[in-house]
Amino acid sequence: MNDHDRGELTCREMVELITDYLEGALSEGDRALFDEHLTRCDGCDGYLEQMRTTIVMVGRLSAEPVPADVHRRLLHAFRGWKRAGGEIPSA
Amino acid sequence: MRWTASTCNTCGLTATEPAMGLIDVTATAHPTGRLRPARGRRRPERRALRRGSVSAMPTPTEQPPSYEASPDDLRLVKALRNGDESAFAELVDRHHAAMVRLATSYVRSRAVAEEVTQEAWLGVLQSLPRFEGRSSLRTWIFRILANQAKTRAERERRTVPFSSLTPDGERPSVDPSRFLGADHPANAGHWASPPRRWEEQPETSLLSGEATAVVLAAIDELPAAQREVITLRDVDGWSSAEVCDLLGLTEGNQRVLLHRGRSKVRAKLESYYDETGAR
Repeated sequence: MNDHDRGELTCREMVELITDYLEGALSEGDRALFDEHLTRCDGCDGYLEQMRTTIVMVGRLSAEPVPADVHRRLLHAFRGWKRAGGEIPSA
Repeated sequence: MRWTASTCNTCGLTATEPAMGLIDVTATAHPTGRLRPARGRRRPERRALRRGSVSAMPTPTEQPPSYEASPDDLRLVKALRNGDESAFAELVDRHHAAMVRLATSYVRSRAVAEEVTQEAWLGVLQSLPRFEGRSSLRTWIFRILANQAKTRAERERRTVPFSSLTPDGERPSVDPSRFLGADHPANAGHWASPPRRWEEQPETSLLSGEATAVVLAAIDELPAAQREVITLRDVDGWSSAEVCDLLGLTEGNQRVLLHRGRSKVRAKLESYYDETGAR
């Protein structure tokens, strides 16, 4: 008899459910099974931590300023659009 | 389980709901140009789960999101319509980098993505009279960008680098050999080789430029649909509802794409840390 039949999750299943868990998309029952597994499985607890760290590290990629020349070019285009006049409706 | 009922786990699309941009992306994954069948390709793990105790997803998350323009959006639109340059500069500062990132999901060359994004800004100005505030300004801007990037990608189909044509296989999130086999008497499906704790990794190496490069490369290698979702969600901090709204995805499909993307980035980081050891 495997864990599944006993109403438990295997580690292999845990790693596939982890995003639903983090997104709060598991049903109450599944969430309880997930939490219960975490309390007794150091491997899955470590995996969850790795996933959280991954998300934080991906989030660090965002600080990227607009290159100055691009900024200049876009503002130049904005002025052209503004000068074209007809395009600007009254607000 | 609900999230497998109509979802292709390979590309995360439902058969009935072609997502803006994603169809395009799926098509590029098949050199024949034909779309991959959106049904019937489920991973064994998920099939097992469906048979088992994990059941019945809550339904409320499947409701279509509705994001209307905020007062701040309306202020900016009004200023733009009045020709206020600083309002335009503010929007560019806020969104340009994220737009280039999203465009890269379609066109695959940083230079072309930059070009498409600059064109999209002109499209935003041209379309301003038609902004009705029925979506957030950000979603509206990104939709214009996605449409332009898609058009450009279609034109450049032949020049898409081959790496982006690699279809996403049906690999599980973690190499199956890391788990005890089905024939294990007591602990089938449990870790045979559990993940090492990254907390033991010196803080500096988590922050290192090298680790960042690993993350960037991992995201770059993702199939486009996964790259779009992980970029919007985890890099740019969009909510799942907003991502679903922009890309025309259900919450369930969005989660499948996010899951596959995150799992692969984690795996790449793990390999990197295992190789470098605790240093």
